Amino acid sequence: MSEDSKNKATFNVPIGPVHPALKEPILFTFKMDGEMVEEVDFAPGKCHRGIEWMGMRRNPVQIVHLTDRICGICGVSHSLAFAKAVEQIAEIEVPERAHYVRAIIAEYERIQSHLLWAGVAAHELGFDTLFFLAWRVREESMDVIEYLTGNRVNYGIIQVGGVRRDFTEDQFPRIEASLQYYEDIAGKLLNLFLEDKTIQIRCKNCGVMSKREALELCTVGPTARASGVAMDVRYDSPYAAYGDLDFAPVLPHQYLGLTNGDVYDRIVVRLLEVVQSIDLIRQCLANMPPGEVLWEKKYPKILAACKKATGEAVGRVEAPRGECLHYVRMDGNPNPQTWKVKASTYSNQMSWLKMLKGEQIADIPIVVASIDPCMSCTDRVAVVRHGRTDILTKADLHRLSVEKTRRLAQWS
Amino acid sequence: MRLTKAFNRSLWVFHLNTGSCNGCDIEIVATLTPRYDPERFGIKLVGSPKHADVLLVSGPVTRAMADRARRVYEQMADPKVVMGIGSCMSGGVFYDSYNLVGPLEEHIPVDVFVPGCPPRPEAIIDGVVKAIAKLERLEGEGK
Repeated sequence: MSEDSKNKATFNVPIGPVHPALKEPILFTFKMDGEMVEEVDFAPGKCHRGIEWMGMRRNPVQIVHLTDRICGICGVSHSLAFAKAVEQIAEIEVPERAHYVRAIIAEYERIQSHLLWAGVAAHELGFDTLFFLAWRVREESMDVIEYLTGNRVNYGIIQVGGVRRDFTEDQFPRIEASLQYYEDIAGKLLNLFLEDKTIQIRCKNCGVMSKREALELCTVGPTARASGVAMDVRYDSPYAAYGDLDFAPVLPHQYLGLTNGDVYDRIVVRLLEVVQSIDLIRQCLANMPPGEVLWEKKYPKILAACKKATGEAVGRVEAPRGECLHYVRMDGNPNPQTWKVKASTYSNQMSWLKMLKGEQIADIPIVVASIDPCMSCTDRVAVVRHGRTDILTKADLHRLSVEKTRRLAQWS
Repeated sequence: MRLTKAFNRSLWVFHLNTGSCNGCDIEIVATLTPRYDPERFGIKLVGSPKHADVLLVSGPVTRAMADRARRVYEQMADPKVVMGIGSCMSGGVFYDSYNLVGPLEEHIPVDVFVPGCPPRPEAIIDGVVKAIAKLERLEGEGK
C-alpha cells in the first residue's frame, strides 16, 4: 500500500432504516477505510411497539396472543416462554400431552425459520436460485403448520396451562409425510449449501467470531453454537417434552471436524438443526402420551388462577435464533406487574461490531444476516429525561455498585 | 382485465416495513417465491421506490417510521398505488400502544387494504390485482 492511500481519511456510509438489503428498519453507520469496515454503529428501535407496556395492562390469557405478535417468525417461542413463566407463578400443572404438542410445534417453527434464514442468506450472497429453492421447500412446513394450527403465521396455539388444539392420531400421517419429505431433501440441501463453490468462497473465513469472543459477547443460539459454545436451552434446562427426548446440541465440528466460527459454520449449524428437528418430531410422535391438552377448559378459571397468583418467574425457551427469556411478576391483579422480554437477537446483536470489523463492504449483508437478526423482537425505547443522555461505561457501573454497597453497609 | 400500456408487462413493488412483527413481511416474500410465482406476471420487488408502481406497507407505523413512510411515498413516480398489508395497519392488537402513530392513511393515501394477521399470500395477490385495476383507472384519468 502506498503512503498516499494510507493517509486517506475514512468516510461514513449510512445504511438504513429503509434499505433493500435490510428486511427490517434499522440504521447502520459504517466508518469505512476504502473497502474495509473500520467501525460499526447501529441504531435500532424503529420497530418498537411498546408490547411490554401494553401487556402490563392486559391479563395473561390475552397477553399470550400478544406474545405471538412480538415476532412473526418465532411467535411460538415467545408465547411458550411467557406461558411457562405464568404457569410457574400460578402453579398450574401442564398436562403431559400438551408438552409434546408444544415441542412438535416449536420444532416445526425451527424448521421453517431456519429454511427461511437459509433462503435469505443465499439471497444476500446473490444466489437467488437457492433462495427460491429454500423457500419452496419451506412451504411444506408452512402447510403442515396450517394443517395443525389453522394459521400459517401467528399460530395462537399456546395457552396458559397447555395448548388450545390437540394433534390427533389421524393427523400423524400428514406430519410423517412432511418429515419424510424433509428427510429426502435434506441431503440435497446440505449438498447445495455446503459443497457449492460460490457459498464456500463467500462464507468461509468471513465474519469470524472465536469461542472466547462468543462467550464474552454473551451470544446465544446458533450464533454461539457455530463458534463452538455447546449451549442449548432445550438441552441445558429442558422444558416442554425435551427432557424425554434424546438429542445433543448441534456443533459445527460434528460435520466439519473443526470449528471456525465463520458464516459458513452458522449455515452448517442451522441446516443440521433442521435435520435434528425431523428426528425430534418423530420422537415426540412416537412417545406422545394420551390425555388432556389444557389444564382447565374454561378460560375464566385459568384467569382466576392467574389473578390469585403472586410471585415472579422466568420462562426460558430455545427459539430458532437462540435463548428467549420472559420475566413475569404477578401481584394478585389480573395484569402482570412487570413483564420483560429478552429476545435472542438482543443478546446476539453486539457480535455485529466484532464480526463486521475488517470485512469488506460487499460482505456486510451476509455478515449482518448471519446472526439471523429479528429487530421486531428486540427493539426497545430509550427514555431521555430533561434532554440529557448518559452512556454508562463499565467503570461507571462499577462505581455505582461500590457506592450502593457502601450506602447499604452504612444503614445496616 | 386489460392492462394499460404502462403496466401490461410489469408491476414493480417496493416493500416498506413500518415496524411490523415480520409476519406480513415474510408472507409478502413468500408470495414472491415459486409456490405462488407472481413474477410470471412481471410482479417483482425492487430496491428503490423510484422504480416502483406499488408501495406495499406493512406494520402499525411506529413514531420513528412515520416520516420515512411519507418520504418514501413522495419519492415514487405517478401513477402510484399504496397497499396496506395486515390488520395492525389500523391498530389491531396494538391499539393502545404509546409509540404508534397509525393508522397509515393519516400519513399517506392508501388505496388497497389487505386485512389479516398476517394475510395469506393469496390475499396479497388478490390485493395486487385490485391495485392493478386502480392503476388502470388512474391511467385512464391521465393522472
